[in-house]
Parts: sequence; structure tokens; C-alpha cells
Amino acid sequence: MSIMNKSSAARLWRQVVRHPIWFFVLVIFIFFSLATDHFFAFHNFQNILVQTSTIGLIALGMTLVMINGNIDLSVGATLALAASLAVDIQGWPVFESWGDWAMLPAVIAALASGIMLGALNGIIVWKTGVNAFIVTLGAMLGVRGLVFIYTQEQSFYAMNFAYSDFGSSAVGPLPTLAVIFLVFTVITHFLLARTVHGRNTYAVGGNRDAAVNAGIRVGPHMVVNFMIVGFFAALAGVTLSTQMGASTPNLGRDYELWTITAVVLGGTKLTGGAGNIIGTLGGVLAIGILRNGMNLMQVPAFYVLVILGTILIAVLFLDKQVNRKEDGELRV
Amino acid sequence: MNAFDTALRVQGIVKTFPAVRALDDVSFDVRPGEVHALLGENGAGKSTLMKVLAGMHRPDQGRIFISEEPAILHSPLEAKRLGVVLIHQELSLAEQMSVAENIFLGELPRKNFGMVDWKKLYADAEAILQRLNCDFGPQTRVEDLSIAKKQMVEIARALTVEAKAVIFDEPTASLTDQEKEVLFDVIRDLQAQGVGIVYISHRMEEIFRISNRISVLRDGTYRGTLETVDTNEDEVTRLMIGRSLDTSRGGKVVSTGPVVLKVENLSCGDLFENVSFSVQAGEVLGFYGLVGAGRTAIAEALFGLRRLSQGKVVLNGQEITITSPRHAVEQGLALVPESRKEQGLVLGMSCRDNMTLPQIGNLTTGPFVSNGGEIAIFDRYRDLLSIKTPGWRQLVGNLSGGNQQKIVIGKWLAMRPKVLIVDEPTRGIDVGSKAEIHNLLRELAADGYAVIVISSEMPEILSVSDRIIAMYRGEITREFTADEVTEDNLVQAISGLS
Amino acid sequence: MAEATLTSNRLKGLGGTLAKQGILIAFIVFMIGFALFSEKFLTSGNVMTVIRQAAIVGVMAIGVTVVVIGGNLDLSVGSMLSFSTVLVVDLHDKIGPGEAIAVMLVATLVLGALNGFLIGYLRLNSLIVTLGMLSAIQGLTLIYTGGQNVDISHQDTTWFAVFGRGQVFGLPVPILIFAVVAVIVHVVLAYTPYGRRVYAVGGNPMAAVFSGIRRNRVVACSYLISAFCTGIAAVILGSRVMGSQNNVGQGYELLVLAAVILGGTSLLGGSGSVLKTVIGVLILGFIQNGLLLLGYAYYVQWLVTWVVIILAVWLDVAAKRGRLFSPIA
Repeated sequence: MSIMNKSSAARLWRQVVRHPIWFFVLVIFIFFSLATDHFFAFHNFQNILVQTSTIGLIALGMTLVMINGNIDLSVGATLALAASLAVDIQGWPVFESWGDWAMLPAVIAALASGIMLGALNGIIVWKTGVNAFIVTLGAMLGVRGLVFIYTQEQSFYAMNFAYSDFGSSAVGPLPTLAVIFLVFTVITHFLLARTVHGRNTYAVGGNRDAAVNAGIRVGPHMVVNFMIVGFFAALAGVTLSTQMGASTPNLGRDYELWTITAVVLGGTKLTGGAGNIIGTLGGVLAIGILRNGMNLMQVPAFYVLVILGTILIAVLFLDKQVNRKEDGELRV
Repeated sequence: MNAFDTALRVQGIVKTFPAVRALDDVSFDVRPGEVHALLGENGAGKSTLMKVLAGMHRPDQGRIFISEEPAILHSPLEAKRLGVVLIHQELSLAEQMSVAENIFLGELPRKNFGMVDWKKLYADAEAILQRLNCDFGPQTRVEDLSIAKKQMVEIARALTVEAKAVIFDEPTASLTDQEKEVLFDVIRDLQAQGVGIVYISHRMEEIFRISNRISVLRDGTYRGTLETVDTNEDEVTRLMIGRSLDTSRGGKVVSTGPVVLKVENLSCGDLFENVSFSVQAGEVLGFYGLVGAGRTAIAEALFGLRRLSQGKVVLNGQEITITSPRHAVEQGLALVPESRKEQGLVLGMSCRDNMTLPQIGNLTTGPFVSNGGEIAIFDRYRDLLSIKTPGWRQLVGNLSGGNQQKIVIGKWLAMRPKVLIVDEPTRGIDVGSKAEIHNLLRELAADGYAVIVISSEMPEILSVSDRIIAMYRGEITREFTADEVTEDNLVQAISGLS
Repeated sequence: MAEATLTSNRLKGLGGTLAKQGILIAFIVFMIGFALFSEKFLTSGNVMTVIRQAAIVGVMAIGVTVVVIGGNLDLSVGSMLSFSTVLVVDLHDKIGPGEAIAVMLVATLVLGALNGFLIGYLRLNSLIVTLGMLSAIQGLTLIYTGGQNVDISHQDTTWFAVFGRGQVFGLPVPILIFAVVAVIVHVVLAYTPYGRRVYAVGGNPMAAVFSGIRRNRVVACSYLISAFCTGIAAVILGSRVMGSQNNVGQGYELLVLAAVILGGTSLLGGSGSVLKTVIGVLILGFIQNGLLLLGYAYYVQWLVTWVVIILAVWLDVAAKRGRLFSPIA
């Protein structure tokens, strides 16, 4: 590791200040390191990364959609559909002779389903002008219906152990799933921070009229972001099913709520225009560390729910206090 | 006229909205390298004309020429590409993005794989910022900039294309004197580069400082163009407000009614300072000043919408502290707000429901709203104010501006207030209804109400007020009786010239 | 230009009428369709069953309607239903049915008051606050039960059974409760000063404040109403099942919201009614029942609901906009 020079240290510090959630991550990290014996261990960090990778992957896509000023409530159902497709298709008789390669078309089909559902949501939002909240609320029910129709309420099991082996495999010192999550985090960060599409994402969410006037094609732009969140939800479905070696039709229930919680904790505004991947990573890790640490302290999982809910509201409250204008604002 | 000496020219523009003919056969041009000021009262059609020029409205009739080439503008983007840019009064920036990104919004330079070419972006932005002598870098986040600097970013955006004409809409409304000088330097630079400038403002002193020509609109019609050096404020004012001005004034008597509201040393942040005045029963007290002079803020503070930093409010001899609008209403204050659609009315509710809203809690039989009581009130004030509506069920959003305003006034009259504050009583209302509302305000005073009228329109303030308070930058500069006031000394008092 | 969109530009004639009454027409079409294919569908017994089953979602949706008309959302009602049901069922054996109901309603109102304080008085975003409350109340429920399911021991002798299982004048009690709640909240919204204020605050919060309405209080009260309705739904549910799982209300928040939206109450606030919500609830109920009678599995209704929700809201939006498709490029 190279020695950090002063300016990059200053830059890092600025990033931390801009993302208060990282303070919280730091505080709970130190707290759990001191309070429990098993928390501060490389093995446990691996666990945390794998546990958070599912919500984390979806949160990456959700960040884009929310910066756009939209929301996607259908991610949990999309995840279940992708997981079911991935596990089921690799067992189809057609692919019997393919061996381990049968997993390839299965995974491709799963990811494609996510992208297509995302595109469908996006096109409906674009063309009908119906609020994304309503469109994806409908999709959340409907896609879950598709999952049940496809699976006939059955759970699927991956017959090929290579599939679940992949879920527990490692790349060097890190679990493969953690690596996938981290790689996509970096990619999405660059997409959002460095590419024209990413910058337009802020413009569309921050000032839609200005974006339209500047000639950005807002509709297709939003469709692309819905496709991205669909892809990530499907990818999360695949990785989750490799962990379990199976899929169930009820997989991913409530994940939309967890994901939104993580993204909002990370500083993304529901109104759009603000937020970033570094913050979202912080939000995801905050939830992951909290769950893991409290589990290690043998605090029942229920308390985590109460604490998370409280933190979410507290973050909202603090954000409002910090950003409150001194005067010039009407008391309405 | 030589074919090539206009940067932007419009001919015979007509634009009609359902209720109003906003522009009626307007022709106008700006030459390369000149500042052409566009003047007119609120509602005279300036903003509609500006939107036509910038491609935001399609005119019903008439033609637009850019560098003498006929042009049809479908969108602001198209207008910009052809070299016509509007600098908005309300800024249209994405706050979380950098200055450079905002300047090149929609046209970010690309490298491979859709990556932004940051080097080029920052270099190009830097070059434009330097042209404007800006002291902030292209990487600054817009949310960290002052309003004046945000405005510079808007201007910088105009310079990404080879601008032929730049339209400034009230650019100095929220600038300090220093910032204003910087802006004027920029405008002079643009002039030197051969750009035609359309400059819309209410502030006479600015217009006479920087413009070459002045054109005046009134009630949607073109009233003439003057060379700035050959004219004076009087002539321009006459063109703006027409001849009816002198006749509509007069008959004002000094009221002898009791003092209803007395305000001493009222201050509120940096919005206004040490404001003292009183208003008597039976008189109309006018507040005149430019937008941002603090008039509206005083009204809002009296109505409990702003926290006062100091001062005393005495109502009918008793000192009161107003903590909320509810409280203000209970004390007998009423405010007809400046923005009818945003603050005055719930557009999706019926006429009757809007009118009875402040007193709905008292209009009950048992726990239920008394339908008869509501309709009685509605009928009474509909007749009193001659509101034209098919019936009480009509949604207020479907009424004309004048009738909407009467609903808001009626809603407060029905409360029998001690003091009625009316902020911009006729904004966006057609000429006929204007006179009606002015008469109404006079009649209310005659009936013994204490009325405060706030307006940015000089003829309005002159025709309705018994006394006039002039404000400039949060302070009262002068108080006039109806006898003392002239257009000249009023204009001086509100421009900080006296 | 707001005037322009209000007066002209409307979808004219038949198209406009269709768009405005879309949800009612859809309802009728569904009913006729199902009735044609299933003889049993329109029998009084079946209709009773549908309404009885819809009563729990219905009572909650009526409360949420008040919140939504006021311009806010309530996602916490699902986990609140779990909490309240668990509480009333658990306390039933410990302190008696009447006392259990009273204590549960007070506890539920406290949660509603907390929502109301955070959203009404602190002006925090309702979506996130109620999302946080969803999680927190779910945790609270689990802490209370320690993760165990609860039930009532003497199920046949308690008068508590009447709420979920009883009949009065041949009508199932849940239907009666649903009807009474609907009528009361309808009267409150349509005929009382408070109702008028809710519409004003949702329609234009700024204008409401400028008219001297205490917006904070109006919004806070809407959450109390929503919580109270959820409490009543918990009584029906607890009495029907005579027991409760910790997560019995999971997912209800979105079903409830779907019913409210389907009825035609706009998420923007300021419009909507209890009547619309009742229709929305019934449509969901009849779709479910009709598809079951036609031999489809229960989950097929979700797919149909998806399509119906989007079409219903699309028509509504299109009618207001005056054109079918959004003008965004």
C-alpha cells in the first residue's frame, strides 16, 4: 500500500464529511469490535460482505433510479423471478449434455428477465406519465404473480453442485460474491460519477425542466436506469440462489423496503438529484454490520429492526436540521 | 433598414391564451452589439414575448428572424442552437452538479465508452468563465454559489454557442450593487463581441445606464421604441402607463377614522428593517417598491408567516404577538397573497369551499358543516363582488383570473377582518377586471375597512391609495399623501435615488 | 397556462367520460365477465364472502385514504396490523377481551401519534418515516412476543369471537364493521370542517396555511385516524383467526395502498373519497374471488391487479392531461 500524501488524505476526509453515514459505520464498527470477541476477524468481514451483497447489488441500481427522482418497488419480485429462472433452466433436459455450461444460459435468461422487466417499468413510466411509485407497486404484485405462475408455488433446487459451490467459492482471500458486489460497486460508481449517462442522471433528477431544455431525452434515459436496476435485482437473485443452491417463490419479500432504507441512509434524496454510490455503500454496510454485530452479541434480530427504523428516521431528521435555511423561509 | 443589421427580429407576433390576448401584433428587433431594453408593467406581455423569442411558446401569428434568417422555434434548445438564449429569472440549474456540467448540460464532451471528457469540459468551461471574469472554478458545485454567481453560470451557458442574441429577464432582481456592476461589465463585453442584448427590467436607472434603445409594451401591444439618449424617464413612464393615469387619481380625502393597526420598528432578518407605519379605518394605505424591496415580507410577517427579529404590532390599541396565520386570522387580520394560485386558492376545490375555508370551523350545525350557511355566505359575496361563476360547485381553477381574485378577496371579507392586506391585487388580471377590483378596494375603505395594498404597478398604487409608503431594499424611504405624490418622486423613492 | 390546461385540452366526449369513470366501468365489466363464466359468482352467499374477506383490507384502506387525501403516505399500517393483532390476542386471555381491545387501541393510537408528530409537526417525508416505522413496529412486535405466535385459549366461549365470526341480522359482523367505518369516515371527510381541511391541505398545503388552517394538526390527525382503523382491522383479524403470527400484517401496506390507488384517490393529495376506496377494495376482492371461481390459482389475481392498477391510474392521468401519452421526449 502506498503512503497517502496530504492532499489525498484531505480528499478522503472531505468524502467522509460529505457522507455522514460513514461516521455511523465507523462508530458501530469500533463498538462491535470492542463489545464482541468475534466481530473483528477477517472471516467475519467476509461474512458481512457476503450477507450484504444481495441488498447491496440492488441498492446500486436503486441509487440511479432514485437520483432520477423515481423509485422501484418491484425489485424483490424481480429477484425471485431471476432466481427461479436461473435454478430451473439449468436443469432443463435440453441442457443435459452441457454439463456445467448449462448454468450459462440459465444465468443469462435470469439476467435478461430482470433487464426486460426494468425496461417494461421504465417504458410505462415514460409513456403513461404515471408515477414510478404506482407503476412499480403494481409490478411488485404482478411480477410476484409471474413467479408463482412460473414455479407453480414450488421451490427449485440446483441439481448441479457446481452452482452452489460457486456461491461459497473464493477469489484469493475474498468470497466470490463479495468480489462481484465490490466490482459492480466500483463500476456503478464510475458510471454515475464519470460517464455522460451518469451525469445526466443527476441533471434529470435535479432539474427536469433544465434537462429537457438542454435536450436530454429524459424518457429513454429513465428507461435505461430502470433496466439497470432490473439487471441488478436479477443479479442479486442469481447470487442469492447460488448461496442457497435453491430458489423459493417467496424469495426477496420486503427487499425493496430494505434496499430503499439502505439508499436513503446513504444520503440519496427521494426527490432526486442528489446521492451517490459511496453513500449507498455506507448505507448497505451500516445495515450489514448492525445485523452481523448484534447477531454476534446475541441480541435477538428484532432489536435490529427497531434500531434500523429509528436510525432511518433520525437520519431524515438530522438531514432536515442541517439543511434548514436560516431565514427567508416562510413558516408554512 | 438594412437587411443585416438585426441580430433578432420579430414581426407581427400574436399570442392568445384562453382568457387573454397576451401579445397583439408586436414587432421588435435587436441589433448586434446593442442593449435593447424592453419595458412594460406586469402583465403587459413582456414575459410572453420573451418566451416566444426563446422558443418556449409558439406564436399564433407572426415571424421570427435570427440574423435576418426566418426561423421557427420549437424548443428552447433549438433557439439556443440558432443563437438565441434566455437567461431565466428563476434559475434552471441542477444544484448538485458542478459549474462546468451545468454550463454544458446536455452537451457534455464524450470520450470512449460514454465517459465524460473532463479535461475538455473543464478547459472549455474555464475559458467561458474567464470571459465572464468569474472568480470561481468550473469544478465548484452550484449549490455552493451565491445567487449572483449562479446567474453567471446561466450566462456562461449562453456562451457555449455562438450567441447572436441574449435575453436577460430582470437579471438584477436579487443582486447587490457590486454584483450588479459585474453583470453590467459582462453585458458590455457581450456587446463588444457583437451580441445583441434584450434587457428586461423595471429599474429605470439601470435601463438608462446601459441601454441603447427602449421599447415599451402595454396590455400586449407594442407602444413604440425610443433612442435612450433622446428620451427621459417621464416619456418612458407615459408610454408604459398611458394617459389614463392622471384621470384615475383623485378624490382622496385624508381619513379621520381611528388608527386600527400601528406597527413600530418592525424588523425581520435581512428582509426589512425598522419599519413603522399605521393604517386607519376607512383608508387605503399603499406600499410601493420593486420586487424584493420587502413589502411582501412585511405582509407575511404581520400574518404570522415570518418570525420577527424585533418590533411592536398594535391592533385596535392592544399590543399583539402573532405566532401563526391561524392566530392572525383570529386577531382579525386578512391577507390576500401575491401568488393567487400557489397561496390563495386550492384550485381543485369548488368556489364555495374556497370561500368558506378560513371559517369552516364556525360554519357548523352540530359537528357538521352547515350547507345552508356556506351557500348563504357564498351567495352574499358572489353578489357583493359580482363574481361570475356558473354556480358554487364550479372548481375555482376553471374561473378567470379576475374572478379567482375576487374569490380570495371574498373569502377574507366573509371573515369581517379589521385589517385587509392585499398583495398585488391585480397580477395577471385583464384590464376590465382590474378597474373593477380597484373600485372594490376603494369601496371597502369607504365602508370602514382598513386596507393595505401592496403593488409593483404604479398606476394601480396611485389610483387606489390614500397614502403611499415607498420602500427600497427593506426600508421605508418615504411616505406620501395623495396630494404630495407624483410619478417622479415615487420612482425616485423606490429606486434609492432620493 | 394552468387555465389553458383546465379549460381546454380535455379528452373530449365519450373518451373523456370513459377515462373519468374508468374504474367504475372496469368494475362493471369485471362483474359481468365473471358472472357470465361462473354461475356462483353473483350469488348472495358468494358476494357476502368476498366482502367479508375484503373487510380487513377495506377498513385499513379507509384510514389510509384520509392520509393520502392529505397528501401523505402510510406504509406502516401493515406492521401496525401485526402489532395490534398480536397485542389484542395476547392480552385477551390475560386481562379479558374488553380490556384487551381498549389497551390495544390506545397502543395503536400512540404509534399513530408518533407518525403524526414526525410527519405533521416535524415535516419529515412521510414515505421514509412510515418505512422506518414499518421496520420499527415489526421489531417491536417480535420483541413483545419473543418470536412466539400467540393465540386465544377458549375460542368457543369468548364474546370476542363476534367481531370476526359473528352475524347480526344475517350479515357477517366484519361486513357491518366495514360499512360502519366507511360511513363514519365518509361523513367526517365529506361533511365536517376537519374533512374540508384535509382536502385543502392535500390540495394546496400552502394555500391552506394561508387560510389559517393548522396544517400540522390536520396531518397529525390523519395518522391517528389511519392507526385507529388499523386497530379495528386488528380486532376483526384477531377474532377471526383467534391467534396471530408475528408477521400477519406483512405486505398489507402495499395491498391497502393498491386498493386506495385503484379506487382513484390520487397520491398527490387533495382528491379522492371513501366511496372510491371502497370500490377499489371491492374490485380487488372480486378479482380475487372471480379468478378463484374460474379455477385460476390465487396468485393469478396479482398479475391481473398489476394490469388493472396501471390502466386505472393511466386513464385517470390521461384524462387530467388531455392526452393519452405523456409528452416527455
